[in-house]
Amino acid sequence: MSHLYDKPRIRLSGDRAILVEYGDAIDPAVNERVRAMAALLKRSRPEGVEAVIPAYRNLSILYDPLVTSPDQILPRLRALEARLLEIEIPTPRIVEIPVLYGGEYGPDIGFVAEHSGLSVEEVIAIHAGTVYPIYMIGFTPGFCYLGGLDTRIHTPRRKTPRTLLPAGSVGIAEAQTGMYPVDSPGGWQIIGRTPLRLFVPERENPFLYEAGDRIRFVPVSDDEFHRIRGREGA
Amino acid sequence: MDAFRVISPGSFTTVQDRGRYRFIDRGVPPSGSLDSVSAEIANLLVGNPVGAAVLEATVQGPTLEVLCDADAAFTGADMAVTVNRQAVPSWQTVPVRKGDVIRAGQARSGCRLYVAVTGGIDVPLVMGSRSTCVRAKIGGVEGRPLRRGDVLRRMPGDRLRRARSVPQDIIPAYPPDIPLRAVPGPQEEAFGRGLDTFFDSCYDLTPESDRMGCRLLGPPIHHDEGFPQSIISEPTIPGNVQVPADGRPIILLVEQTTGGYTKIATVISSDIPKIAQAVPGNRVRFRRVSLEEAHRVYRERALRMRELAARFESVR
Repeated sequence: MSHLYDKPRIRLSGDRAILVEYGDAIDPAVNERVRAMAALLKRSRPEGVEAVIPAYRNLSILYDPLVTSPDQILPRLRALEARLLEIEIPTPRIVEIPVLYGGEYGPDIGFVAEHSGLSVEEVIAIHAGTVYPIYMIGFTPGFCYLGGLDTRIHTPRRKTPRTLLPAGSVGIAEAQTGMYPVDSPGGWQIIGRTPLRLFVPERENPFLYEAGDRIRFVPVSDDEFHRIRGREGA
Repeated sequence: MDAFRVISPGSFTTVQDRGRYRFIDRGVPPSGSLDSVSAEIANLLVGNPVGAAVLEATVQGPTLEVLCDADAAFTGADMAVTVNRQAVPSWQTVPVRKGDVIRAGQARSGCRLYVAVTGGIDVPLVMGSRSTCVRAKIGGVEGRPLRRGDVLRRMPGDRLRRARSVPQDIIPAYPPDIPLRAVPGPQEEAFGRGLDTFFDSCYDLTPESDRMGCRLLGPPIHHDEGFPQSIISEPTIPGNVQVPADGRPIILLVEQTTGGYTKIATVISSDIPKIAQAVPGNRVRFRRVSLEEAHRVYRERALRMRELAARFESVR
């Protein structure tokens, strides 16, 4: 059954944002529509539109009320909507994230394996064997809400959250997997760490990815981890 | 050039400008002066562009040593500011000289004081903004609140030949009862009678309030049967009023980017400065307005700011 609405539902989010909602579930088909519309809007940039934020099933459009209003934006949206079915949506970019699994950087991988009834090697193969769509980025700078974690390695959160997860930590929480771009507290099961700096404020583009891209985790050796980390200047 | 040395930082003082909107789609919160009206007026009073970086001090103000002659201005909360122990007025240009000591006390009315200086506070631009975001450790001084001993620089700028002051009728009052205009949505359909509760009741501002959000206490707002209390996580906008399962509303502000609770209404942009100046124990009451009215208020506010700027410029 499709969770896609016949036509998008428009919601007001105050006097300078609207939400355009395409469906009522976490569903690749719904998100595909969000991704396509976000790409079209970014390309055509209607006057007065200040930001477009894609999420799981909707996108937020921020606008300058001195320049435009929903009355002007919505007809533009409908016009783009009509083109949506004609145009070729660009294939998503796949961003590879090297990960050193287990050991001191992935202290919970044993727990995940035990909980799943698998070996550590199998957990790594499953985690690195999936391409994950980025549905949304938020909560902290660069934190990805990823879809598609294999049900075999779904694992509950830790009973006691850690007070500090170092930047680069890769973990699992229930049906979610993700990585921490900045140091934060958290209850995720940590299975590895990436040597990449995921948030570099001083770089022209501080992030390696955007919503709509795909993430693939690539297992690396200890040597490779340190080589990449040296290159990153971390 | 050097502007101030921090003798005492106050309880929570940060550098802020108009905010950082370039990467809000990557989880970078907008930050920026919470009371944008006071920040903009403070800048006009020293001849700066309205978006120059200022200091935002919360509840207890800082003590600053002036390192170079300049104009300063103090707007927003009344923190009984003194220069060399002499009381100085708020909402007007205050020339200061090298060696002067500016001392701001405890807020007597309002919550946040804004300090502007000739040229604007000079800290590195991070992703297009000088605003401090403490959670992401970026902007301002090393991404943190001011500390004793910090030296703040300022951008070049000329001192004014004539002091400026804001007409009395533009200076906001900070009464304990605060009316907030709000547009229903984005998830108003999850609340039937709950909408009536929300717009008919008074809510107390609790001490659990900061730049991320303000928690309110009052008659709980019930979700309609059949509507979930949580939703698929989505971006949040400053002013969104989210209602978790306990029915206690939270006004989300400028350091938040996503949320998974239903949002009953959104405070209009022009009223966010009132929230910035509210203190625990104040009462807020929400008044429903249409989007058209919100936009009319928005345009009027922008016009008033332009008129004030033009008026100051004409007597430069």
